[in-house]
Amino acid sequence: MKENDFPAPPIPPCSTGEGLPCAPISWANSGDAWSWRVGTRINNAAGFYSDGNDFAVVAADTSAVHSILVHKSNEDKIMILDSHKLIAASGESGDRVQFTEYIQKNVALYQFRNGIPLTTAAAANFTRGELATALRKNPYFVNILLAGYDKETGPSLYYIDYIATLHKVDKGAFGYGSYFSLAMMDRHYHSGMTVEEAIDLVDKCIMEIRSRLVVAPPNFVIKIVDKDGAREYAWRESVKDAAVASA
Amino acid sequence: MARYDRAITVFSPDGHLFQVEYALEAVRKGNAGVEKKSAAKLQDSRSVRKIVSLDDHVALACAGLKADARILINRARIECQSHRLTVEDPVTVEYITRYIAGLQQKYTQSSGVRPFGLSTLFLGFDPYTGVPSLYQTDPSGTFSAWKANATGRNSNSMREFLEKNYKETSGQETVKLAIHALLEVVESGGKNIEVAVMTKDDGLRQLEEAEIDAIVAEIEAEKAAAEAAKNAPVAPKET
Repeated sequence: MKENDFPAPPIPPCSTGEGLPCAPISWANSGDAWSWRVGTRINNAAGFYSDGNDFAVVAADTSAVHSILVHKSNEDKIMILDSHKLIAASGESGDRVQFTEYIQKNVALYQFRNGIPLTTAAAANFTRGELATALRKNPYFVNILLAGYDKETGPSLYYIDYIATLHKVDKGAFGYGSYFSLAMMDRHYHSGMTVEEAIDLVDKCIMEIRSRLVVAPPNFVIKIVDKDGAREYAWRESVKDAAVASA
Repeated sequence: MARYDRAITVFSPDGHLFQVEYALEAVRKGNAGVEKKSAAKLQDSRSVRKIVSLDDHVALACAGLKADARILINRARIECQSHRLTVEDPVTVEYITRYIAGLQQKYTQSSGVRPFGLSTLFLGFDPYTGVPSLYQTDPSGTFSAWKANATGRNSNSMREFLEKNYKETSGQETVKLAIHALLEVVESGGKNIEVAVMTKDDGLRQLEEAEIDAIVAEIEAEKAAAEAAKNAPVAPKET
């Protein structure tokens, strides 16, 4: 499969979600996360589709910022919602944690009540519904990229912004970095990417953010979800917390 | 006496809460711990579960009114997640037992409601120490911890059996003891028993019918061997 020179290559059945490498880390809002994902169509009969490319990748910056102060640079903003779902959230720190934990516990409750887990689509719609209900009373300022893997339908990625927009996407990004990430993904993404290719694209996006965004976050975390579940893939750290000197 | 069992908030002159005692009767009429009333041939037995999991490490078995059970189970499941959300810790078995017992007690002291007609057995592992525990509640809202227990119909005979034969066991031996206790009182044998095992690492697992049958067969064989040994002709003694 040749890489297209067009900025908008055809969407392959692979799916990856990443954000940060392409998008600069949000500098105005603490913890902006950008992810993108290439959707995989299970029924796609394209020749380059191959087993093992059924996954979704998300990445997020790991800075917890308050005004001009960086509280910590290893804040994990990608929550493992359940065994096969990831929720990458960015925005207001308090809202981010509060809202995603609330969603996580409700997803768990559903599973205990019904004996089977929610599908990614159902979880995404539930999340959007909660945002929508709160919107005109007490809105949550959280942007979310929800990546999941379902046995029947394969991987999927959902773009959910803070005013309860819901889109099923192949790639997406939030924050100031999204300007860079989306451009990068448009250029390099294609369906049928392997995990290595996808992570390479994530890294390309991270490089772009680091070099082009004025207050780029130093560190990023990458998580992946496939048939074997949701798990952490890697960290990309350019600033490690200094070891405390012994007395 | 008739006047004293209308509203349960009322004590009788001799200090009884009749509604609570009637609720206990309802429990006694319920099928034993994990005995399943022989499901109708057309009924899908998987939808008639008496042992349910409340969280990854806690499960519940109950005897009594099934509809009441659904309500309490739902409340327990919500509380398990709510606890995790507010204190970022899974519940302990004692906590969730206390919560449900508290709920059962509320319904013995409110007007216009009747008590829940069920006794429950809470089982599970402490999320940090990994120590297993068993608790029982009843319609009055009392609860206590047990090494082994039974509830529902014929629970007294089962409890007697357990008292006689209880040993600290683990794994398969424990399962066999539980099934043995149940076989003492269940009429139709292995076909109507539901067995679930909870382990620290894998949560609750319902045993397949084949597995239950295998253990029942083992027990029957042991029983037969014991009988045979008892009835064996005594060797003539030389005087």
